[in-house]
Amino acid sequence: MCGIAGVINKKKNVNVGEQMSLMLQGIKHRGPDSTGYAMYGKPKKDGFILRFKVSENAAEQSSSKSEDPEVLKDRKKQVDAIMKTHGAKITKQSNSTPYAFRYEFTYKSENLEELAKAIETVENTEILSIGKGLELIKDLGDATTVADQYGLNKFMGTHGIGHTRMATESDVDIKSAHPYWAFPYQDVAVVHNGQLTNYWGNRRILERSGYRFNSNCDSEIIAVYIADKMAKGIDLEQSMHDSLDELDGVFTYIVSTKDQLGMAKDHMAAKPMVIYEGEDIVACASEEVAIRNIFPHEIKTYDPYEAEVKVWQV
Amino acid sequence: MAGLEKKSTAFDDENLSGRSQKLFFDITEEENFTYYGNHEVDFNKRIEIDCEKLDGNQLNQKIRDALRDGYGSVVIKNPGAKHALGVGILNKLNLIFEGSLGYFGVGCIDGPTVRINGRVGWSCAENMMSGKVVVENNAGSCFGAALRGGDLIVKGNAGARTGIDMKGGTILIGGNAGAYTGFMMQRGRIIVCGDVSANMGDSMYDGIIFVGGEPKSLGTDCVEGEMNEHEVRWLEQKFKNAEIETKVPASKFKKYVAGRMLWNYDNLEPAEKKGILG
Repeated sequence: MCGIAGVINKKKNVNVGEQMSLMLQGIKHRGPDSTGYAMYGKPKKDGFILRFKVSENAAEQSSSKSEDPEVLKDRKKQVDAIMKTHGAKITKQSNSTPYAFRYEFTYKSENLEELAKAIETVENTEILSIGKGLELIKDLGDATTVADQYGLNKFMGTHGIGHTRMATESDVDIKSAHPYWAFPYQDVAVVHNGQLTNYWGNRRILERSGYRFNSNCDSEIIAVYIADKMAKGIDLEQSMHDSLDELDGVFTYIVSTKDQLGMAKDHMAAKPMVIYEGEDIVACASEEVAIRNIFPHEIKTYDPYEAEVKVWQV
Repeated sequence: MAGLEKKSTAFDDENLSGRSQKLFFDITEEENFTYYGNHEVDFNKRIEIDCEKLDGNQLNQKIRDALRDGYGSVVIKNPGAKHALGVGILNKLNLIFEGSLGYFGVGCIDGPTVRINGRVGWSCAENMMSGKVVVENNAGSCFGAALRGGDLIVKGNAGARTGIDMKGGTILIGGNAGAYTGFMMQRGRIIVCGDVSANMGDSMYDGIIFVGGEPKSLGTDCVEGEMNEHEVRWLEQKFKNAEIETKVPASKFKKYVAGRMLWNYDNLEPAEKKGILG
């Protein structure tokens, strides 16, 4: 069934990591397999933040097999070498697990497609996100487990989206977990609750246009679809409206950019979404109980109707 | 909408036939109307329960304990939009929630009068048999799903599939209602004071939908019907009872019914059960 949540704080930096953690833990029951965060810190003036993984988490509940730590180290070295070859200068790096890394780097261009494609030529390597403010973290387990593992409870920023996943259409692994980065568009991410029924047809069309898919999860196509629309100069809100007509199925999704948060609900209104719009903050989630984890007092919330698209600005 | 015509179906036109006319049990027998675990309660006896540290099961057990101890008025503090609160109450009871409920709130109830000073999530009052539920804010989707009897009122808006599969009772919405309102409804009445989204009354078998605003579109089998005086008076009384002020008078509401008889379930319902379904 999956749970999705998003929060946007207008005109101020807050502990968005804690907000997202509390919300996602509140809808843990909707998806116990994996949890993902896409959060936006203060945008970097120079350079980018890269989040990538070189292997899967081979925990007990995972569909993946454990790999030799030396292999992982070697893949990281290959990534470093490719970045150097392409003129990307790594200024800071850290890792919370042997398979997931965070880099800060400078690059000659704002177009990251060539670099991203080159990095992903390394075996089992997937870029989780690239952006000036976006940091996308996903792993197996509930929100608290992932937040503790990656130190997300003190993440300062303006907005974020997140997902608790119940695996139905693909494996229990990180690559099938949400959010999805809108490759190769910097700072765009998507979380989704529902099913898409024309996934394969649309995937073939987008693949022929040069887009890459890392998983067989139907949700990934929303991120790629939005990226394709934005590459054609269509703004976020219109892209989301278009998606309601062109993507078939029952779904609600949340998308985030460097300064926006948007939600869309399908024509059948078959998947839940509850919205709270305060003066300084907007929070939305699959269930109100998630929002109430950051607002202990009574608040006035509402459900968006079918085929509704909403976009909020930081 | 080929093949469908305006129907004159109304409250006083309903004809019982077949097995509905027969009595299957004696309605004077007390046992037929007494549930296991039903308690005599005093409405002047009041108790407050703080739900902040309780989950749904724990709260529901505490409500049952209060009923057993004869409390007729129960106030729930800090419900916190938790799921499945106040379900399965088969007793007369004044139940007040000082806040919002999550999914499946007050489902499968028979008899209590419930006031919710907040919002409700999906599937509020699902399968309710009798009683009254009043929601002060908005309601999520599937509001009153499979409702069988009683009055279900929301002062604000309701989500998609309101009254889906309902089999009796009345749903009153002070604001707007979402897509597929009255989807597959089989009996009962839905009143929407505002507008209704697409496909209203899709695949409805029977029942009546009254709309003060405009439905975006009608679903398969749903057609406009003709309002009669009796129904106007009934609507006025419902609005008065619920303290809802409408933008247009009851006489200006439009009525929608099923365009064809899809199933004669009168043949399946005992008459006295039908009486409960109302």
